[in-house]
Amino acid sequence: MYRYDEFDESFVSSRVAQFRDQVRRRLSGDLSEDQFKPLRLMNGVYLQLHAYMLRVAIPYGTLNARQMRKLAEVARTYDRGYGHFTTRQNIQFNWPRLQDVPDILAELAEVEMHAIQTSGNCIRNVTADHFAGAAADEVADPRPYAEILRQWSSLHPEFSFLPRKFKIAVTGAAHDRAAVQVHDIGLQLVRDEAGSIGFTVFVGGGLGRTPMVARKVRDFLPETDLLAYTEAILRVYNRYGRRDNKYKARVKILMHETGLDTLRADIEREFEEVRSGVLDLPKAEVDRITAYFAPPPFAQEEAGDADAFAQALDSDPALAVFAERNLAPHKAPGYASLTISLKPIGEAPGDASAEQMELVADLAETFGHDEIRVSHEQNLVLPHVRRADVPEIFRRLRGAGLAEANAGLITDIIACPGMDYCALATARSIPVAQRISERFAASGRQQEIGDLKVKISGCINACGHHHVGHIGILGVEKKGEEYYQITLGGSGDENTAIGQIVGRGFSYDGIVDAVETVVDTYLGLRQSPQEDFLAAYRRVGDAPFKEALYGTA
Amino acid sequence: MKALTANRLIDGEVVWLGRAAAWVEILAEARVLEGEAAEAEALALGAAAVAGRLIVDPYLIDLERADGGLQPVRLRERIRAHGPTMRPDLGKQARPHSSAA
Repeated sequence: MYRYDEFDESFVSSRVAQFRDQVRRRLSGDLSEDQFKPLRLMNGVYLQLHAYMLRVAIPYGTLNARQMRKLAEVARTYDRGYGHFTTRQNIQFNWPRLQDVPDILAELAEVEMHAIQTSGNCIRNVTADHFAGAAADEVADPRPYAEILRQWSSLHPEFSFLPRKFKIAVTGAAHDRAAVQVHDIGLQLVRDEAGSIGFTVFVGGGLGRTPMVARKVRDFLPETDLLAYTEAILRVYNRYGRRDNKYKARVKILMHETGLDTLRADIEREFEEVRSGVLDLPKAEVDRITAYFAPPPFAQEEAGDADAFAQALDSDPALAVFAERNLAPHKAPGYASLTISLKPIGEAPGDASAEQMELVADLAETFGHDEIRVSHEQNLVLPHVRRADVPEIFRRLRGAGLAEANAGLITDIIACPGMDYCALATARSIPVAQRISERFAASGRQQEIGDLKVKISGCINACGHHHVGHIGILGVEKKGEEYYQITLGGSGDENTAIGQIVGRGFSYDGIVDAVETVVDTYLGLRQSPQEDFLAAYRRVGDAPFKEALYGTA
Repeated sequence: MKALTANRLIDGEVVWLGRAAAWVEILAEARVLEGEAAEAEALALGAAAVAGRLIVDPYLIDLERADGGLQPVRLRERIRAHGPTMRPDLGKQARPHSSAA
């Protein structure tokens, strides 16, 4: 993985020193809260319901064991013994004291981590496919390009005060696991007819109060033009994006109000101005960055490995279920990418204790070439494990409560922190996720239902990605009570769709029954177990679900 | 019936204006504000505490009598007063002998 060079080290450590001084000046009264707030936000420090919250960047969701151990140490020393992995592949600590934050940042800098650009109207952490560099269906590893974008966008003086925050996602495969079409810029790695690497470029996607699917602005952007074209998009957005209304300030609104043809012409015009200059990506530099992400030395699959693994599955039904749900195809023979679900039944989605983080670090070192990923679905991934080692990994995970075999099932729920933590939330989301998880906990029932993505947000800002849930749940406050609106048919993959509101909302007590009604309706109308929820919904529309929920279709 | 709440600057702890001018960590010790004059006085004390770097973002909340004591009317404020609803081991509710925070 990428290692800091002298420049990275210098600017991260100087930023820690700068923030330490800013905290000192705030506590001594030299800075008012109005002056200090934008400074703390630039360093990932929010003030939430119970305490400050520190959001730490995990670039493109990639980290190593040493970094994971440091996160565990921070959780134990400065927080309450746990962290929350987010839908943006970051981690949040919910209870740090302001006076401790500079020390936390100094500790993170020791392992090449920081909290810069995890808030504010700037280019945020670039996200990527959590199976990057491992997936069998990958065109190319997206992480070198995400890292190039990270370097270009870090403290970029022109783009530090954009109209609004700006999110970029990169996927290396045609099957989109990074939800690129609901990002401000989505990049999909492709090859042209000559076999050269390039990008299909999407602009103007986003969730929040105005969900929109991104529009394609380029079928094929040559690799060398990545930064010049991205800069052109940002310049057009920076110039024309609205600053009069924060709710209309994202590039998706600019796309909507300007129109695809006009905005694309603006981007191309700007691109002509900046291309063939300093932003051209030299092949040597791409190669230098790519070398950091070179695949580990995969072991040769030994004779008998596959048979031994098959026998292990035969003799342990729980392991077999785990392997079926939590292993993903790998490009190297005998290997798999292993999802460690942070959705144990009845637990808070995305939370991991310090001890669990340390176990994952140990497993990554012992069995996983020292690589860990954070998925936007709030799980952890060991991207490179030998299938032969999976039984032992499973055994150790089970001992730590981390062996839930539910990847992609109904209990693998995305949920934002909601009103249990977040100052913006209008309803709770975690307890709703926990109750749904408990309702469908039986392994056989989950398996029978099959692939089903449930996503829950506790307010209209949609951090829980409810718009792209097969079943989406939005919590709102109505006359002092929590109400939950259901959307159906959303999807965040290569066939991205925004879910449709099915009808009036349900109370906190009624929402789990309503979800069960939707699921039972699906089970009753699907043509076969192979027709998953989304396929069935797309075939029949929302009428049967409305009828089941309201009797009004 | 209202109270004045805020977060403490140095650590973010949820606090309320107490019966004396101090800022208290337990709602049961908060000053109950009845009427505009009491609210105005509390807000003035809040502004002074902001200037004095004790707290940030003070605001009034509605209270009601429930369960033999005072509770915030809004769920959001009840969660601030107690802690995350699904983690009784966290927040003020986790403190020894905590009842109504």
